Amino acid sequence: MVSSATVASGIRPQGRMLSYLSRLKTGDEIARLIALTAASAIVAITLLLVWNLWTVSAPTRAKFGWSFLLARIWDTNTDQYGALPYIYGTTLTSLLALVIAIPLGVGAAIFLAELAPPRISDAFTFLIELLAAVPSVVFGLIGIFMLVPILESSVVPPLKKSLSFLPFFTGPFYGVSIFTASIVLSLMIVPFIISVSREVLLAVPRDLREAALAVGATKWESTWQVVVPFARSGIFGSIFLALARALGETMAVTMVIGNTPNIKATLLAPGYSIAAKIANEFGEARGMVLSALVELGLVLFALTIVINGAARLLILMTTAKGTQQ
Amino acid sequence: MLFLTGVCTLIAVSVLFFILGYLFQKGGRSLSWHFFTNLPAPTGETGGGMANAILGSGQVLALATCIGVPIGFTAGVYLAEYSGAAFASIVRFMTDLLNGVPSIVVGVVTYTLVVLKTGTGPLAGGIALGIMMIPIAVRSTEEFLRAVPNSLREGAMALGASHWKTIVTVVIPAAIRGILSGMMLNLARVAGETAPLLLTAGLSMYWNHGWSQPVATLPVMIYTDAIGPQQDLHQQAWAAGFVLLCLVLLVNVLARTVISRGIHKPR
Repeated sequence: MVSSATVASGIRPQGRMLSYLSRLKTGDEIARLIALTAASAIVAITLLLVWNLWTVSAPTRAKFGWSFLLARIWDTNTDQYGALPYIYGTTLTSLLALVIAIPLGVGAAIFLAELAPPRISDAFTFLIELLAAVPSVVFGLIGIFMLVPILESSVVPPLKKSLSFLPFFTGPFYGVSIFTASIVLSLMIVPFIISVSREVLLAVPRDLREAALAVGATKWESTWQVVVPFARSGIFGSIFLALARALGETMAVTMVIGNTPNIKATLLAPGYSIAAKIANEFGEARGMVLSALVELGLVLFALTIVINGAARLLILMTTAKGTQQ
Repeated sequence: MLFLTGVCTLIAVSVLFFILGYLFQKGGRSLSWHFFTNLPAPTGETGGGMANAILGSGQVLALATCIGVPIGFTAGVYLAEYSGAAFASIVRFMTDLLNGVPSIVVGVVTYTLVVLKTGTGPLAGGIALGIMMIPIAVRSTEEFLRAVPNSLREGAMALGASHWKTIVTVVIPAAIRGILSGMMLNLARVAGETAPLLLTAGLSMYWNHGWSQPVATLPVMIYTDAIGPQQDLHQQAWAAGFVLLCLVLLVNVLARTVISRGIHKPR
């Protein structure tokens, strides 16, 4: 029988439509539609986000075009906006943080995956994942009140004396600087490198290690020359993930970077990052200022998307390699 | 060389204990009943607390959970149980995209979409944090639902249960512990987010009155107190930081040990 749920146009439902309407009554279809709505909501939210970033930044994009990325002056009074100091600060602190975090993280991952007994490995990995959960304001607190005094008193003076021939450690040091921010950032991203690298190292097939040991390699040789190269793309993936995290980090960086739009060679000078700039100046932003700040956000978004995409691709490549064996 | 890798590990692990210890030493001192029940004191006076910030954070997180968990959970169910290949990959791609958005950018978007219309407050803050909760909720739900063996589904259907009934009464309960632990980890992560709240929740020294009035939240108070010049505010920041860290770590430990006991994360 035709159900009494009438079709608006009054046409009798035929064939497929009829069975769809009756399926609607069983609950299965309703459940599927609810789930579909939620999934579509996510797609809609993401698209809304991107669209919003694009449209609100339209005034400054139209006015400056690509020169926004290369200009240095940010002056709200004359409506001149340039993102270069902030892009410089963001990329420099993130890259420096990687320089510190990569040896530390990959080294620890190798230890946890290859050398440590399983229970110690699990326990330490648990603790490192807890480190990843520490809020960034807490890192900022430690940075301002603990790291800065230590750097001022015991780390930077010897560095300046011994490395003063390099342009990186010259100039006055006020405590807050690119250098300080990089150290704090490196502590924040190390757990990501460790946990992902450890997983990709654990996924390397056992036969490879045993084969290397069988032809006479030492434990270290087998690890460094066989296992790690096999997991290389996954480790690079973890590095990219850590980089993406570092680029977007706001609070800890704002608290220790000095918030001065410098572009200098020395690491001891204060600097400014994109996220810090947005966080500090958003308060009363309207009109062109708002548009410029949102365009900064768009730049940051684009950067992190590209890096995240590369990271996922690399990690995928390693796990695919591992399962091919 | 092997020894060096062990040293790296020790350094990495000790950072956590170092942070905990330092916060305990500096912040634990100011913890008292007053801290949890008083409003922040006016400049120059002592004895202030963070009661409004704790309640404000609770308010914002409650709204974020109400937004993030239902959408994320249901979408995860869709991806695991219902979807065809094409739309699923689009949804997964968008989820990954959303996950990669820096927290400050989420704050920026929420500012332009919500705050410019209603003003700062728990509503905007909750929406921003809710958006951040969605991708992780989707991923953990889908992961644990997929880990439920197909035999359970087939068994239920063989007994005559419809598809949705199978999902609701058999599959979800089988995966519920993992999903719950995932949601707890999600909440702990979002509880520490400051940047979006800086832009959307505002700041207040008083009790919160409504959904579109500026509200004090724990992370924002920590930040504001820490960068100001007053020493006693720094002390407040340490104490609040210690409380926040303890809460976050406690939820993390609970989620990873008690709730997920016996569950091996599907690879």
